[in-house]
Amino acid sequence: MTLIPVEHVLIFSLLLFAIGLYGTLTRRNIIGILISIELMLNAANINLVVFAKTTSLSPETGQVFAVFVIAIAAVTVAVGLAIVLALYRSRKTIFADEVHLLKW
Amino acid sequence: MGPVESLKYFIPELIILCGAFGAFLLDFAVRNKRAVGIFSLFVMAAAAFAMKNPAGETLSLFYGFFHLDVFAHWFRIFALIAVSVTLMLAMDYPPLKNRYEGEFYGLFLFMAFALITVAAANNLLMIFLAVEFVSLLSYLLTGFLKHDPKAKEAAVKYLLFGSVCSGIMLYGISLLYGAAGSIELGHVWQTLRSPSMSALGTVGVLCFFAGLGFKISMAPFHMWAPDVYEGAPTPVTAFLTVGPKALGFAVFTRVLITVFSPSFAHWGVVLTALSMLTMTIGNLTAISQTNIKRFFAYSSIAQAGYILMGLAVFSPLGQNAVMIYLFAYLFTNLGAFAVVCLVEGASGKSNISDYAGLSERSPATAFFMTVFLLSLTGIPPLAGFIGKYYVFAAAIEGKAIALAVVAAVNSAVAAYYYFRIIRVMYLVPKAETQPTFGTSPLYPKIVLWLMSAGVVTLGLFPGYFIKLLFG
Repeated sequence: MTLIPVEHVLIFSLLLFAIGLYGTLTRRNIIGILISIELMLNAANINLVVFAKTTSLSPETGQVFAVFVIAIAAVTVAVGLAIVLALYRSRKTIFADEVHLLKW
Repeated sequence: MGPVESLKYFIPELIILCGAFGAFLLDFAVRNKRAVGIFSLFVMAAAAFAMKNPAGETLSLFYGFFHLDVFAHWFRIFALIAVSVTLMLAMDYPPLKNRYEGEFYGLFLFMAFALITVAAANNLLMIFLAVEFVSLLSYLLTGFLKHDPKAKEAAVKYLLFGSVCSGIMLYGISLLYGAAGSIELGHVWQTLRSPSMSALGTVGVLCFFAGLGFKISMAPFHMWAPDVYEGAPTPVTAFLTVGPKALGFAVFTRVLITVFSPSFAHWGVVLTALSMLTMTIGNLTAISQTNIKRFFAYSSIAQAGYILMGLAVFSPLGQNAVMIYLFAYLFTNLGAFAVVCLVEGASGKSNISDYAGLSERSPATAFFMTVFLLSLTGIPPLAGFIGKYYVFAAAIEGKAIALAVVAAVNSAVAAYYYFRIIRVMYLVPKAETQPTFGTSPLYPKIVLWLMSAGVVTLGLFPGYFIKLLFG
């Protein structure tokens, strides 16, 4: 069985991370931004799992870490959607550029 | 140490955790929600009594996930003070008086739990989990007021900025894990020293510090702070200026304690530049503010810049300076926010112009505010002076003369805008429309007395305090 070289996976996760970051910076819709954040977390997850296989002293550490990250991502979405819903109820918008009461 | 043996050193955390669930249960049972608040205060007191100073030794709990040492001990005390004071401020904060008040106290107990685990966390997984725990609770508490569109907006902004920064931080952590093959802080820094891993490690550390920089509102990541501090309920703002910031510094210090070698000197240059940038941006923008909460937001960004000075020089003196400064800042800022709460309770607004003639309307409140503002400026014999003295001493000992000069110039600028508030309180006559002060509510008054006592004692007897902290 041939393993996928670690560089390839790293490039893949970097691309995923970059797409997520690009999404958070350019999206108007707050739900879209939240999804982009999920992409960033998943890029980190891929890193953790692949490093668990290659460089880690104890392989299970990275995998357990990834499970924790999945749980945290779920919590972030729960809290995030709750806040977005509350915003929609009070302001009737979920577009990031229309949320501008607070300014210096 | 295994999990069962560790439990007996983990009692304060367990008390707070049980207390938090207890508060939620109690919330169902009682109609007078203030009882939940008082219950929460008792939980905090019980946790404080259960804490023991490990005095010099380092206990490695739960197979090394937590390191309980003197630093962690004092940081835990710090977190308990911050949360207790916030609870007391919240108990007399009118907009919170609705049927969700009990949940507010319960959430704050969870916040206390998260904060005291941060201080002892000693590997990347634990640090990430604890930081996320605090962040998620902060987003919720920021948006806690149901019918306040500003609070909702602040919560959304905080959520988006915060989650992006945690994403970046997590990516950094995953790279560090790959470079070191382990999530123990000690291992991570050892491998970073070897040249073969330095590229991956450097990117990892940069991303990791970006996430922490967000927490302490360091300069390129400070944009969220003013909006969030203005929109959040005032007791929550008081907490946010102190709690998450101290958390960030605790992790920073914990990470840098293990570094301590000349091969990391180039990080010092980066931190020095960021420290200068942070304090300058904070101070320059604070000058033109008209809302007092926003004003304190920028002032707290500037204060974060001063505290960073202690970290930038990579010396034991610098680390002690961070701790001392944080305690001085804790008493001063929470005290100042107690005044903001009182004025907001009386007038319902938080503009700087609402402070006009405060010395006539409520002489005691104006006097306390003056004390806190002088302490923030760093005038002896108040706590802020001791904190500033230590960070400047650390900078000069570390030969960072440029940093010390920039900080001194910044302190002068800061004095200008802090005195502006004092001028408004004492010299500007009150407007006809301004409401008079009734009798001030009990809890913020207690906070005022306690915090000003802290500020003055810390300023007058620094030797005793420092002996207490560092043995």
